[in-house]
Amino acid sequence: MNIEIQHVSKEFNHFAALHDVTLEIPSGKLVALLGPSGSGKTTLLRVIAGLESPDAGRVIFEGRDVTALTPAKRKVGFVFQQYALFRHMTVADNIAFGMSVRKRKDRPNADVIRARVEELLGLVRLEGLGNRRPNQISGGQRQRVALARALAVDPSVLLLDEPFGALDAKVRKELRHWLREFHDTLHITSLFVTHDQEEALELADVVVVLNHGKIEQIGTPREVYERPASEFVHEFLGEVDRVALGGQSIYVRPHEWVVAPVAEGPHELEGTVISMHDAGPVVRFKVLAQEQTVSVELAPRDYRRMQIVIGDSIGLRRESREEAVVHKS
Amino acid sequence: MLKHRQLLPGFGLTLGFTVAYLSLLVLIPLAGIFVKTATTGFDHFIASAFDPRAIASYKLTFGISLAAALVNGFFGLIVAWVLVRYRFPFKKVVDSLVDLPFALPTAVAGISLATLYAPKGWIGSMFAPTGWIGSALVADGWIGRFFPPDGLAENGIKIAFTPLGIFVALTFIGLPFVVRTVQPVLEDLESDAEEAAASLGAGRWKTITRVVLPELTPAVITGVALAFARAVGEYGSVVFIAGNMPMISEITPLLIITKLEQYDYSGATSLAVVMLCVSFALLLTINAMQAWASRRSHGV
Amino acid sequence: MAATVSLRTSGGKPSRRGLQDPLWLRAILITLALGFLVLFLLVPLVYVFMAAFEKGFGLFLKSLSDPDGLHAIWLTALVAAIVVPLNTVFGLAAAWAITQFRFRGKNLLITLIDLPFAVSPVVAGLVFVLLFGRNGFFGPFLFEHDFKVIYALPGIVLATLFVTFPFVAREVIPLMQSQGNDEEQAALTLGANGFQIFWKVTIPKIRWALIYGIILCNARSMGEFGAVSVVSGMIRGQTNTMPLQIENLYNEYQTVAAFSFAAVLALLALLTLVIKVIIEARVQRQGNESGLPVSVPLVAANPVLR
Repeated sequence: MNIEIQHVSKEFNHFAALHDVTLEIPSGKLVALLGPSGSGKTTLLRVIAGLESPDAGRVIFEGRDVTALTPAKRKVGFVFQQYALFRHMTVADNIAFGMSVRKRKDRPNADVIRARVEELLGLVRLEGLGNRRPNQISGGQRQRVALARALAVDPSVLLLDEPFGALDAKVRKELRHWLREFHDTLHITSLFVTHDQEEALELADVVVVLNHGKIEQIGTPREVYERPASEFVHEFLGEVDRVALGGQSIYVRPHEWVVAPVAEGPHELEGTVISMHDAGPVVRFKVLAQEQTVSVELAPRDYRRMQIVIGDSIGLRRESREEAVVHKS
Repeated sequence: MLKHRQLLPGFGLTLGFTVAYLSLLVLIPLAGIFVKTATTGFDHFIASAFDPRAIASYKLTFGISLAAALVNGFFGLIVAWVLVRYRFPFKKVVDSLVDLPFALPTAVAGISLATLYAPKGWIGSMFAPTGWIGSALVADGWIGRFFPPDGLAENGIKIAFTPLGIFVALTFIGLPFVVRTVQPVLEDLESDAEEAAASLGAGRWKTITRVVLPELTPAVITGVALAFARAVGEYGSVVFIAGNMPMISEITPLLIITKLEQYDYSGATSLAVVMLCVSFALLLTINAMQAWASRRSHGV
Repeated sequence: MAATVSLRTSGGKPSRRGLQDPLWLRAILITLALGFLVLFLLVPLVYVFMAAFEKGFGLFLKSLSDPDGLHAIWLTALVAAIVVPLNTVFGLAAAWAITQFRFRGKNLLITLIDLPFAVSPVVAGLVFVLLFGRNGFFGPFLFEHDFKVIYALPGIVLATLFVTFPFVAREVIPLMQSQGNDEEQAALTLGANGFQIFWKVTIPKIRWALIYGIILCNARSMGEFGAVSVVSGMIRGQTNTMPLQIENLYNEYQTVAAFSFAAVLALLALLTLVIKVIIEARVQRQGNESGLPVSVPLVAANPVLR
């Protein structure tokens, strides 16, 4: 189901959380709303869900204007940041909740509900935990219960508010993979909010970058990373240096440099290695070139081949690409 | 006022009901007191509210309430300290009992205290001239002999039916307030500051008086204020043990009732206005004190 | 900040080694504390029961089964049965309005709810006499329609409603405020309507505080003396509640009878305290088990003046 946001604005106490946001979300995609705190991403998510009503603008699901509809009528599945599980119900009752509150004539009978709960528990790989309470399971498990609960009502769109924020690093990574696989199985239009650009780039089909209530850019992860539309996006999406080259101010990412000994020109910059950190998947070092400090990343095998040490002089040039990204300041 | 529709249902219903119930039951009746006073005129109000008998009752009520609150401040602090920091048998029982004055109906406390402290009661008889305390204080008692010619207390000490009895009752009634206000603060006190003081060489006494007690001061003061406010309006526990003699041992709430029984509605109302003003002033002060106290502890 | 007889769930800290007060200090302080409490709490409490049973269990029962006495018991129970449900509904409605919505004047509303605590019970009775008494505002109107409020049940109910008004609200509101309304929002997205959210999600969350508020409201309704004595006229066999009956009997020197009723009410008070301890233990246990935040100490932000 595709979603259209048209000129949505929302103010809180004279603070503009969203300003004239227009956006189209293609059906079946996993979309990231990415931005720093205060960028409006959670507000936008809640407006789409119907948990906030916009001061101006419309929300359209599959051609139908839902702006005036309550969350339940929009058939959205919402996963809250702290999961908001019903603390006094079992996991199974939590998942069954959406079905159990339907009007009598629409309500499935107890066996059907139980079967569906089992099905969902299997889907989120929590079989056998139906009788536990939320306070008896781990954070990652609670998150999956929240997801199963939201899915139980057959939503047309899934909305997740910082789904991995409350978890520690290893669990976060595992759940990311899991969510991606999960989406690939279900193909429900899904939006998630995050401030972690790594997460957005890794998970999403489409990344929407927000800042100060406005959309900075929409694109695939590759697009927003390599062809950022503004300084903000460039700086937010990953480490980047601003380098003066050929009279212009150019943004270059550490891995975009090609490193070679000084003798093997031509170079755009020449300088001395002033610090080095050899750990993990890349080797990082800083090069001082004519009063500019530049960060450089190399794959370990290249680094070992060149045997660079602190104090060495090296030359840098950018990988050739079709066009350098220059932002109007 | 409401630009946006409320997210969850029931706003109009619940808020409407709440405001209506509050107005009908509390606000309008209370306003009635001030309206009544306004209609009978300011001069009449001043005359009733400040005649000698009324003033005597204020002095009695406020004076003894303050004394009782201060005593509760001292002992309440000790009780809280002992409950939080020491271990002794039946501590849990003792802790629960502290709430008794709050849970016990005032009339029950009233008749119990009145009977106990009457001259023939268990405690009152100890202070009578024939009791073990009273006999020590009379002219030829082992303490009284140093105070010729009448001893320290000519006829022993009479507690019930005197202001002293009122003091006892008001101390009972205010007991939980200081304890329950200080206890949470003591419980949450980190031991770091005390450990630091100890490591710097401060003796236990110094540590207590200079490091811990200052932390407790806002809570103690708030507790005393709460006990005072409670005591000022108290009726049931006091009316049995007080002598209820005008100008001597008549508390203001009783004076209000007496006036009502004489159908002096406006007189009673004038006194009520004075009590309400004092209560509201106390309410605001206590609110302000609690705000100050939490600023102090959270501002660090 | 602390209010009396609110549930404390913060739990004690583990014992502190190395910071023990010296033995002499502990001895003195414990003696002072226990002595104070025994004198002011234990002795009056024990005395109530001793005086009630002074002439044996038989006289105790006889005093209670006197017709006027039975009527007093019945009237007390009736008033409580009317007042407690009404104030509970109010408390829940106010809590829902205050914690689930944003609106201006919220703090004012919370302060106003505490107002009855700041008013002396005699004044509380007086306000209703002013409204409904013979010379009161509605006096003539009521007289014409032969409907008695003062010196009758409606007056007693009104005065008791006034005095016990805040009890349920001030137990439930702080708890709901600290728990937030994420769960209610989640229920909304899952399609529940207002009542379903209230019954299935909210009430289970607050049940202990709610129970405790109801128990307190009940204890207070049954024990209220000052306000009720102003409005009831103390007509034996008709408008005497138990506390008033106690006063009557005591003034007539029927000491054992007075203390018999007092003992019943004292037992009720002790029961209230026992229930409080049980609830505190339950809430503690729930809090300790969960990784979820413990409900904040069930205290009110506003002072208790009664």
